[in-house]
Amino acid sequence: MTEFLQQLINGLSLGAIYALLALGYTMVYGVLRFINFAHADVFMVGSFAGYYLGRLVPGGTLWGGLAVLAAAMIACALLGVLIERLAYRPLRGGPTLNVLITAIGVSLLLQYSGQIIFGATPRTFPQLFPVAQFHLGRVGISSNQIVVIVVAPLLIAGLQLVVFKTRMGMAMRAVSLNLKAAQLVGVNINTVISFTFALGSALAAAGGILYSMNYPSIDPLMGVMPGLKAFTAAILGGIGSLPGAALGGLILGGAETFVGGSQFSTYKDAIAFGILIVILLLRPAGLLGRWTAEKI
Amino acid sequence: MNAAPMLSVSQLSVSYGAINAVCDLSLEIPQGGIVTLLGGNGAGKTTTLHTLSGLLRPKSGRVTFCGEDITRLPPHQIVARGLSHVPEGRMVFANLSVAENLAMGAFLQTDKALVAETREHIFALFPRLKERLRQTAGTLSGGEQQMLAIGRALMGCPKFLMLDEPSLGIAPRLITTIFEKIVEINRTQGITILLVEQNANLALEISSYGYVLETGHIVCQGPSRDLRQNPQLKAAYLGG
Ligand SMILES: Nc1ncnc2c1ncn2[C@@H]1O[C@H](COP(=O)(O)OP(=O)(O)OP(=O)(O)O)[C@@H](O)[C@H]1O
Ligand SMILES: [Mg+2]
Repeated sequence: MTEFLQQLINGLSLGAIYALLALGYTMVYGVLRFINFAHADVFMVGSFAGYYLGRLVPGGTLWGGLAVLAAAMIACALLGVLIERLAYRPLRGGPTLNVLITAIGVSLLLQYSGQIIFGATPRTFPQLFPVAQFHLGRVGISSNQIVVIVVAPLLIAGLQLVVFKTRMGMAMRAVSLNLKAAQLVGVNINTVISFTFALGSALAAAGGILYSMNYPSIDPLMGVMPGLKAFTAAILGGIGSLPGAALGGLILGGAETFVGGSQFSTYKDAIAFGILIVILLLRPAGLLGRWTAEKI
Repeated sequence: MNAAPMLSVSQLSVSYGAINAVCDLSLEIPQGGIVTLLGGNGAGKTTTLHTLSGLLRPKSGRVTFCGEDITRLPPHQIVARGLSHVPEGRMVFANLSVAENLAMGAFLQTDKALVAETREHIFALFPRLKERLRQTAGTLSGGEQQMLAIGRALMGCPKFLMLDEPSLGIAPRLITTIFEKIVEINRTQGITILLVEQNANLALEISSYGYVLETGHIVCQGPSRDLRQNPQLKAAYLGG
């Protein structure tokens, strides 16, 4: 039982991070119908932003941690907007394959620019938030895990508010339902698309920092694995579905942690791809379908 | 047409890659009128409307609305000027409720009181929409979806309404209702209308002037009354 609870806590905190990242894949897919492969590398940039910004504030303080988190989110929001503006927008209206290949190109560009700028050797992520270890009976939980378990749901709830309660969110939903009809009621699609990239990239940055707090060795290729898993989570939940992405992230984080803690721990990373294959075979629309289904 | 027309299109050409869908098209639509654009499948009617509302860029030509050149404006700026488009196939937001679809139609309206008032007008025009307020738009019948699409466009308080084949795929009984409503919108609200149709009989009955499009070219135009008597048209579109 203790073992189970322990794994559950670990799984939840990993899953919450996958969820943050999965939301970005799903939102971009919702409005533009393509997978932004560079998303995982924005996660990496978020982590490095946290690494460098962390030096500017006193370590191990709550306000310092939150300030770094916010600043990295803003920086990555700008990066996301820039990527869309420079790489994807010129291709809009063309075949989806062109944008997909470009997205892989942007991903590689970020990874290798990262290796030039930050170096290829892993670095140790600083302790941004206060450190403590708590015990509930024999179950241990670290302050870093608590930060994840508090911050990630808050961000996801904030996203829900934006998507369902604001004018811009309304425009995002309209664009994802029917691009032409959205334009005909007066939605400026360029603004909506930029906004979507900003939101998704900010969540990726938060994910990058939260991830690095718990797995503190960071390098320019660190986004690849979490990216693939979050992508799987988005597909599992139903690409285009916001609750689906969140649920998919939790399931994936949980499954990976439980497998990692069992005698099959060497298959920890394979579990994601196993799930992906099974989903694509059995239920390609994912668990929750689209947040806004394809038009009829 | 003595006064300056509300919408004037001159020598508009639109192509999809190498295919010329519309060639050298010119039209004039006077304020307050109902003008129809007729033509068979693939004539270029939808392409024309898409270009007028900014969804497509023309190869050449010019569109002037209320004295302003709007040829290169993006769609949201064209809607903001009062030119609204009810697209072919209706394009309601299938997953949203009727109420939410109407709210989307008022996306650019900032005056809440005006939005509420417009909504009441639309319910008076289409009581069916009021009954179905919470229903998901995708589950409405074709005719109801058409009412919703028109209602959504009216929520933007347009001066000019373009309708692309409102009779398409709709039960004959509802077609009559919808055409009556189009006339009512024109008469009581003073909204100028450009009606695209394949159903030439009905369209010529409610319009005052008509243009006939064939493979991207205007082949014939004139007062609707005269077009109804035109022997060539009769053979091609009016069922003998
Ligand atoms: N996206 C597109 N790509 C290439 N060609 C197109 C495209 N859309 C329309 N066309 C072509 O342009 C021509 C005009 O089409 P358009 O849809 O404007 O006709 P229409 O008069 O609206 O016909 P219908 O009454 O069937 O709706 C047709 O030959 C059509 O095949
Ligand atoms: Mg058409």
